[in-house]
Amino acid sequence: MSATTQADPIGNFLEQDYPAGFVTEVETDSVPKGLSEDVIRLISARKGEPEFMLEWRLEAYRRWLTMSSPQWAQVSFPEIDFQDIVYYSAPKSKKDGPQSLDDVDPELLRTFEKLGVPLHERARLAGVAVDAVFDSVSVGTTFKKELGEHGIIFCSFSEAVKDHPELVRKYLGSVVPPSDNFYAALNSAVFSDGSFVFIPKGVKCPMELSTYFRINARDTGQFERTLIIAEEGASVSYLEGCTAPMRDENQLHAAVVELIALDDAKIKYSTVQNWYPGDKDGKGGIYNFVTKRGDCRGPRSHISWTQVETGSAITWKYPSVILRGDDSVGDFYSVALSNHRQQADTGTKMIHMGRNTRSTILSKGISAGRGSNTFRGLVRITPKAEGARNYTQCDSLLIGDRCAAHTFPTIEVRHPSARVEHEATTSRIGEDQLFYAMQRGISAEDAVSMIVNGFCREVFKELPMEFAVEAQKLLGVSLEGSIG
Amino acid sequence: MLEINDLKASIDGKAILKGLNLNVKDGEVHAIMGPNGSGKSTLAQVLAGRDTYQVEGGSVTWNGVDLLALPAEERARAGLFLAFQYPVEIPGVSNAYFLKAAVNATRRHRGLPEFDAFDFLARVKAEMKAVGMKEEFLYRSVNEGFSGGEKKRNEMLQMSLLEPKLAILDETDSGLDIDALKIVAEGVNRLRSPERSLIVITHYQRLLDYIVPDQVHVLAKGRIVRSGGRELALELEEQGYGWIGEGGDAAAGAPAGGPR
Repeated sequence: MSATTQADPIGNFLEQDYPAGFVTEVETDSVPKGLSEDVIRLISARKGEPEFMLEWRLEAYRRWLTMSSPQWAQVSFPEIDFQDIVYYSAPKSKKDGPQSLDDVDPELLRTFEKLGVPLHERARLAGVAVDAVFDSVSVGTTFKKELGEHGIIFCSFSEAVKDHPELVRKYLGSVVPPSDNFYAALNSAVFSDGSFVFIPKGVKCPMELSTYFRINARDTGQFERTLIIAEEGASVSYLEGCTAPMRDENQLHAAVVELIALDDAKIKYSTVQNWYPGDKDGKGGIYNFVTKRGDCRGPRSHISWTQVETGSAITWKYPSVILRGDDSVGDFYSVALSNHRQQADTGTKMIHMGRNTRSTILSKGISAGRGSNTFRGLVRITPKAEGARNYTQCDSLLIGDRCAAHTFPTIEVRHPSARVEHEATTSRIGEDQLFYAMQRGISAEDAVSMIVNGFCREVFKELPMEFAVEAQKLLGVSLEGSIG
Repeated sequence: MLEINDLKASIDGKAILKGLNLNVKDGEVHAIMGPNGSGKSTLAQVLAGRDTYQVEGGSVTWNGVDLLALPAEERARAGLFLAFQYPVEIPGVSNAYFLKAAVNATRRHRGLPEFDAFDFLARVKAEMKAVGMKEEFLYRSVNEGFSGGEKKRNEMLQMSLLEPKLAILDETDSGLDIDALKIVAEGVNRLRSPERSLIVITHYQRLLDYIVPDQVHVLAKGRIVRSGGRELALELEEQGYGWIGEGGDAAAGAPAGGPR
């Protein structure tokens, strides 16, 4: 019928492939499939960890054995066989690990270059320091020396455990304890690498810090751990990007991110998540089950989460802020897109504990194809949070008529002075909007991408400049096959 | 030259246009008048390529090209412009961005170099002045929160920027006060030229005080039932559309020689 004739050009444009779906051939050093205390000991030994780290892992593992996977999310998938996953896979290197970028396997460097993440500092992204994590290990971190001059530590988690055990010991698990939830416990037991950032008192980090995560090996889970600490008056902007090859099996990614902001510190954490979403019939793709939480520990501290979630077969993540310090501020800006058979259940928790704490939640969900998009939010004003304020805006955009959007806001107010506002809208890309743009000579595909980008603009403007451009492009690609 | 022959169109199975004939030569301004529900807007939408309407028969040839075979955006790029009766709001997309995308899509099609931001701004600001729009409208979302008059001015701005060869104004005068009406009419009159054709769809005669048409047509029940010069519009103003018969066979219902 004629309605589909118009949609065809959109359909064609939207049938673009997942561009990061290639596989890199590297020799790997993996542990056998399955999970046991022995496997954990093996991982810890491979990484040459101190005793306290191993004990921490084992305790988390024992805890995990007593827990069951959460069932409350608006997602469905077959039960995961946790014995059928490889918990550690690292590219084989000649020495213990790359000592500098010059020691990194050129094949790996090419992989990251192909993904637009050049690790050679001469070909660097302007003013962005990068840590690149390939399967279970960090393959290189740029600008370490320059950052070191400011007293900033930016390194892989493994290095931090070896070189700064006192900091790791002090802060690890202090925001997301291993017992927090099923996937956090699993991560605490088997996490392999990730990034570690420490910004000392009074230092404003002079460049963007960024970690790029890549899952490559088959049947491998990625369990990374990120820990960012900003001391009194420090500030940092951090960005993570993620991709994975196209594989028919689902792969598990269960990360934990902890942010700690002391007095007057500011942490801005941005994510552009583009894990392989599976094909258009829902085969393959990453299960992205992530626990992210920030702790505004000191007064006047500020933690801001910005996320653009276009990938993964299933996304289950709720970047949250505990507003402990008086006058602290928490933000959550999110664009989540689910196309084809993708399922996203995402949102945030803002826990107001200090006086005059403020939080803003701005969520933009886009559902296309047979995608399902759920916003789940909790705003809790505790009895001591005098003068706390929250503003929540939650918008859903539907493309086509087979997709779904859900909103589950929960508000708990235990102080009479609290001010909490919630607004929610749902709209559909209108045939009239498309026709209006096309009547002005704009192609259907440009019109859809223009309307979607317009819908997301308030969130994109929170992203660092160069990544905002990236995010816009990504949305265009990720909308493949969304109409028709 | 636009030639419409025996055009039949329907929406959701309901016939609206029932064999419409109309020829518009280059440089001419034609007014189409008629009662509500006669098919005026349907004609505009079908010509612009909206596919919620089904073309059931007939042909539309524009400068020798089968217009109905082209998708909407190609008709637009080839120079067909529709000023909407109800301009559509696009939240989050700035007017400047939208206008530039539209102008450059058309320029690409015509083999002209695309405007960069500076050239475009210079051009758009000059045109905005001419249609009496403040610059702030460039940075607001397309039509969002615009008043009725502001929306119509925005349509006129787009029309002058896109330099169409055939412009169709669908009840552009509805909801306008007399000052806004004059501004719209001035915008249209500035565009009159020997190579440009205009179809002005209107329910009322008053717009035609300012845009003087070469021909006036009366559309009723999906057909053109009378055509004449400018004086036909004045007659309609006096007599209304009551003389059009109930049966829809309007030509038969009109008094011989038309109303006097």
